Amino acid sequence: MSEKKILTATEQPDTGSALKKSLEMTSADVVFEVRESEIRGRGGAGFPTGIKWNLAGAASGSNKMVICNADEGEPGTFKDRYLIENYALKLLEGMTIAGYAIGSSHGIIYLRAEYPYLIPIIEKAREDLIRENLLGENILGKDFNFDIEIRPGAGAYVCGEETSLIESLEGKRGVPRNKPPYPVNSGYLFRPTVVNNVETFAAVPHIILNGAEWFQDLGIGDCTGTKLFSISGDIENPGVYELPMGSTIGELLEAAGAKDVQAVQVGGASGATITADELERSLSFDDLPPGGSVIVFNSSRDLMDVLENFLEFFVHESCGQCTTCREGNVRLLDAVHLIRNGEISSMEELEPFFQLAEVMKIGSKCGLGQTSPNCFIDIVTRFIDLPDGKGGA
Amino acid sequence: MPNISVKINGTLTSVREGITILEACGTAGVEIPTLCYHPDLSLAGNCRMCLVEVEGWRTLAIACVTPVIPNMVVNTHSKKVRHARRTVLKLLLASHNVNCPECERNKNCELQELAEKHNITSNEYQTSPKPESIEEVSPGIMRDNSRCIMCTRCVRTCEELQSVAVIKPVGRSSSVTISTFMDRSLNDVPCTQCGQCVIRCPTGALFETSEVRPVWEAIENPDKFVVFQTAPAVRVGLAEALGLPIDRSTGQMVAAIRGMGVDRVLDTDFTADLTIIEEGHELISRLKSALVDGDESVALPMMTSCSPGWIKFIEHKYPELLSNVSTCKSPQQMFGALAKTYLAGKEGIDPAKIVSVSIMPCTAKKFEKERPEMRDSGYKDVDYVLTTRELARMIDEAGIDFEKITEEKFDRWMGDSTGAAVIFGATGGVMEAALRTAYEIVSGQEIPFDGLNIEPVRGMEGIKEAAITMPERMATGFEFLAGVTLKVAVAHGLANAKILMDKVRSGEADYHFIEIMACPGGCLGGGGQPIPTSPEIRQKRTESIYAEDAALHFRKSHANPEIQLLYAEFLKEPLGHKSHELLHTHYIKRD
Ligand SMILES: Cc1cc2nc3c(=O)[nH]c(=O)nc-3n(C[C@H](O)[C@H](O)[C@H](O)COP(=O)(O)O)c2cc1C
Ligand code: SF4
Ligand code: SF4
Ligand code: SF4
Ligand code: SF4
Ligand code: FES
Repeated sequence: MSEKKILTATEQPDTGSALKKSLEMTSADVVFEVRESEIRGRGGAGFPTGIKWNLAGAASGSNKMVICNADEGEPGTFKDRYLIENYALKLLEGMTIAGYAIGSSHGIIYLRAEYPYLIPIIEKAREDLIRENLLGENILGKDFNFDIEIRPGAGAYVCGEETSLIESLEGKRGVPRNKPPYPVNSGYLFRPTVVNNVETFAAVPHIILNGAEWFQDLGIGDCTGTKLFSISGDIENPGVYELPMGSTIGELLEAAGAKDVQAVQVGGASGATITADELERSLSFDDLPPGGSVIVFNSSRDLMDVLENFLEFFVHESCGQCTTCREGNVRLLDAVHLIRNGEISSMEELEPFFQLAEVMKIGSKCGLGQTSPNCFIDIVTRFIDLPDGKGGA
Repeated sequence: MPNISVKINGTLTSVREGITILEACGTAGVEIPTLCYHPDLSLAGNCRMCLVEVEGWRTLAIACVTPVIPNMVVNTHSKKVRHARRTVLKLLLASHNVNCPECERNKNCELQELAEKHNITSNEYQTSPKPESIEEVSPGIMRDNSRCIMCTRCVRTCEELQSVAVIKPVGRSSSVTISTFMDRSLNDVPCTQCGQCVIRCPTGALFETSEVRPVWEAIENPDKFVVFQTAPAVRVGLAEALGLPIDRSTGQMVAAIRGMGVDRVLDTDFTADLTIIEEGHELISRLKSALVDGDESVALPMMTSCSPGWIKFIEHKYPELLSNVSTCKSPQQMFGALAKTYLAGKEGIDPAKIVSVSIMPCTAKKFEKERPEMRDSGYKDVDYVLTTRELARMIDEAGIDFEKITEEKFDRWMGDSTGAAVIFGATGGVMEAALRTAYEIVSGQEIPFDGLNIEPVRGMEGIKEAAITMPERMATGFEFLAGVTLKVAVAHGLANAKILMDKVRSGEADYHFIEIMACPGGCLGGGGQPIPTSPEIRQKRTESIYAEDAALHFRKSHANPEIQLLYAEFLKEPLGHKSHELLHTHYIKRD
């Protein structure tokens, strides 16, 4: 598999080569190349990056913005930190290419509050690039200016949600906005804004240098390229792994040395929780959407503890703005307590809570409330033994 | 914007592009339940009550925020939608201190109404006990966060309409609450007590600090002489507060109050007329000092002082402009000071026995009566202030059938009123009344507007301006004003007041006289008026006010016979010694 690594491959392209190539293309061609690569956002939602850039490029409005989402607040996720620590130049180059592509001269990195030690690394990369005329004024002698500033995050998980992130950047309370309008039309200070994950930007130079087709060939179907996974939990070698999109969970677990597997959480607390029988399932937007984190639980773990922890996390991290999420997570957590103390003992009694979970998914304002019930549904239906014998393991 | 075609519940409808699903459904006659939506405010989209299904969408759409797009297929009562709505309601009720019979908003509560409409009779999400009541008191307003549904209507009101912004969501997750800086009492932050948040709260989380009980006690105490005054805007709000259509109901109001056992039913309109005389003379005297004597210490523009929410606002936010504010007390406080002096004398009653109660469209008036300056009669000038809503509750409690009651007239000495006083209840009304009188004082002629209706200062525009040129021939003593163009401005809602004050402060504005009312629409949209409020409702109340003006025999304050008597017998002259003692006041800078 090692030949399929790109982001973390030992051999890396020369810094600036992708930017140089981009600046020799028209901005429309750059957007086109990214679109053809069919890369989808690495921050969780998987929106096609080329389409996003196209919309932002076509949007009317001046002072367009390029924002890198480095909030990385999902528990068990540390791939963006890893990328910044080791490949900051490539991240900044990817953002600069985005700036050229959409017609923006201003980039911001919204950096997780817990990552202040990454600031000097990014600052150094920025200075290096400015020295090489790869950032700043008249980049590579062209009529293109672009600079990047670092802004520390507000420390709340929900600030990783792009509109909440934008509110936080504007100095407001970090709570998600209503959509539409989407950031591509009206984002930071109402300007057209592209928000992408660290990993998304880092992949861009590779796409430009090697072409859309090459990138497509790395993955499966419309899940193109490779993907980084932060894997943790009951395994021998926790860490960041790069695999082609479409790889199976089994392949990832093997690489990380998982022996005893009861359950695997794919895509963070809001992702899917699968059993050891499902390791053939693929890490792709069609099957198990590959958010940043994969957490392995061995047979000694009580999945009810896991579920309780996750729901406590969501109860705590909900911004409290919308009814379904603010109140819904509390009630799901209550249901877990009721199962634990025996007051709920049948699937039938749980039915209202599954219905609640469905309403939260389709009725909440942002991704947090829309995905927080996933763990409840997955764990309760797959892992919990109820006295009535139905459901559970 | 061109029209587009959308399908709502199977019916094709042509609607204007860019409007929301909620608006589109409105034009199609399809009702959608809402809670956080309010026609006066920005869109929040947080309650999730208005969820609807849009064909092809992964999630439900919130109708209040989502714009329609061509060929959109909307379903507003599919199983999914109905189920989602019921779930939202149950979630809200499960964490709500449901106790309707003991709630100020019982039968006038949007949450209660929706719960009833959606047949919520049991709640499987009641997995933990309901919260307990947590009351916080300030002179005009009380809060009980155990009834708050976090719709943020109050927050948006305070920020967008009033530019005060003292209440905000604090914290997050399920422990988020609406609170103030450092969780202080509303009394300890620059809250104006305007009550605009109260009339936009869908539930009983915000309400007035009630004084109904002590007022009943006073009425029932034979040793007390209870005097009621009723503010101009109350007569166009009371019927509505009693569940009847919006209409003026002055005669029924008087009869109902008398029926409750009150000793004298008198009119704040009387002191509104008095305010015009005093304030009119104050304006003329300021103009004279500035124009004739060249006295640069005279503050112009002069600003009205009848709205206590506005006074508190300027005391907090623009203390450097306080000398511009007229020294006249509000009509309520002029009334209070006269009730325990002039009226006591006329009635031959010991002022210590008088209990002075005012019925106001306003919560800030409850604060105003507590100001230490408001004791010039030697007693507390106004003992109790009831809102229009509280009066309605008393009428209900007394079992009076408001619809059937025969109209009666105010009692005498301080019961006469003019159309000029009635229009105090609408934005621009004080200005119009003042112009009707001041123009005539200085020129000896009626103001040259058709039917005395000074249209430029009427209407719902946030800031209105007018310029009135004085004739060349003036009354003796006022020649200095000959040919002078008087520039005036009117603002209602404190956000508009702020715009105007910023202009005054920067020297950009060259007005002579400014009327400010804290509440949108003026007092008829006051924080003590019936709930709900909306632009249409305020428009209807405005029409009632001007109809009452037009119907009255006297339409100029100086024509009020009882006012003439008051000056002849008691005050002697405008701005005279007695006036200064009883009718004028001063202001303080507040942090
Ligand atoms: C609660 C919540 C937290 C999120 N946190 C992050 C985050 O830490 N980093 C990130 O890149 N995207 C995060 N997202 C997704 C962003 O909203 C957005 O989709 C993403 O930054 C877009 O970039 P991409 O298209 O490159 O993935 C979060 C979404 C939600 C709902
Ligand atoms: S879903 Fe949750 S986090 Fe998102 S806006 Fe609603 S309350 Fe806030
Ligand atoms: S706020 Fe409404 S639902 Fe709540 S107790 Fe009061 S009347 Fe009942
Ligand atoms: S009373 Fe007025 S100023 Fe005070 S919180 Fe309510 S809206 Fe704001
Ligand atoms: S106090 Fe009333 S208006 Fe304010 S958020 Fe709560 S329910 Fe809404
Ligand atoms: S009314 Fe639409 S979300 Fe509240």
